[in-house]
This record gives sequence, structure tokens and C-alpha cells, in this order.
Amino acid sequence: MAGCARPTGASVSLHVEGLDGHDEETTVTEKEATTMSGARVGRPAPDFEAPAYYKGEFTTVKLSESVGKGWTLLCFYPGDFTFV
Amino acid sequence: MAAVAARYQELRDLDVNIISVSVDSQFTHKVWDEQELSKMVEGGIPWKMASDGAGHVGKVYGVYDEDAGVEMRGRFLIDPDGVIQAMEVMTPPVGRNIDEAIRQIKAFQLVRETGGKEATPAGWTPGGQTLKPGPDLVGNVWKVWKPAK
Repeated sequence: MAGCARPTGASVSLHVEGLDGHDEETTVTEKEATTMSGARVGRPAPDFEAPAYYKGEFTTVKLSESVGKGWTLLCFYPGDFTFV
Repeated sequence: MAAVAARYQELRDLDVNIISVSVDSQFTHKVWDEQELSKMVEGGIPWKMASDGAGHVGKVYGVYDEDAGVEMRGRFLIDPDGVIQAMEVMTPPVGRNIDEAIRQIKAFQLVRETGGKEATPAGWTPGGQTLKPGPDLVGNVWKVWKPAK
């Protein structure tokens, strides 16, 4: 995937400025197999950790924690309050 | 997301965990869940709604639209080993079909449970005929399987 090539094993971090003034870190860890190509079927899913909302609470979500519990359906969508 | 939430128990019965991701903040997720989604699905969204404000996660997965600053619709099925088994990416105006996602989950789980000894042909649905890949099947698929009309 163009624009996503990063050194093998590199960890990409960004800071999301929370509205409550706390910095929250999102970490994207790309495994060697996926470094050059991003997400591909048959290859390990790139792990990430991100801020999340869950049943009334603010928390974080880490893909690898979900993977350790079974199958995972990872769903991206354009935005909250969209119609479809 | 509400369409997926409506089938949540079925997905949990299939040992599937869900993570949803958009560029919205977790605060926006809260308001959307409380003000709208909880009125479509009892109890609201029962999984973690991730915030990918800068699109970094979406970029790695190839679903971030830099021009619009949003994620495209993308569904990734990841097995218990962390391997992506299926993906579907769509532009925003067309919604997903959760039935197809569930069909694929059942198919991939069957393949995994049989250690790859069985494969599911085109259009397979649960309970349908599977194929057993091997030397005997080469050139002989026509004897055991025909496409649905």
C-alpha cells in the first residue's frame, strides 16, 4: 500500500488530545509480514491500540487482546451519525 | 453498526468479538450510542468503539480516505491466530450485508475446524456440501459439485 511503507518492526505512535486534557496514545505496530503491504488476507493483522468508548465508559481497545479471545470482526465506517 | 449490533448474540455464539473504528472521538461515540443507536438496538452498542482520529489505523488497513478525512467501510475477519482471513472494503453510500459476513465466518470456521481438509465451494451455506481438496479431486470437481442456478 503506497504511503504505508515503514521500517520493519517499526512502531508508529500518535497522540490524540483528549477533550479532558489528557493525552491518549494510539499505537500502531506493524509486523514484518505486513510492513510493506498493510492489511492482506493470509497475513497477520496489523496490531493497534486506540482510545475507545465501551458501555458508558472511556477505555482503550487493543486488537491483539481481542485476537487472544477468539475470532475478531474489525469494522471501519465513515462516521457516527451517518445514515447507512 | 446497528445492523451488526442486532446480530451481536449470534456473532458471540460464533466466538466472534467486534471492534468498530471511525475517526470520531470516543466522546462522539458515546453521544451517538446514547442518543441514537440505543434507540435502534436495546442496550446500545455492546462492543468497544475505537477512535482513530488521525486515521493511522485506517491507513495501515488501507481504508483511510485522506481527501475526505474518513474511513471507508471496511470489514476484516481475523482468526484466533491474528491472521486476516477475509476483507471487504466499500465506499460509504452502500451498507454492508451482515448475512454475508456471518456466512463467511461459518465457512472459515469450518475450514479451520477441519484443519483445511475441507473447503467451501462458491455460494456455500452452512450445512451445504464441502469439497475435500486432494489429488483425487483434481479435474473431478464436476463429479461432486455444480454451481447453483
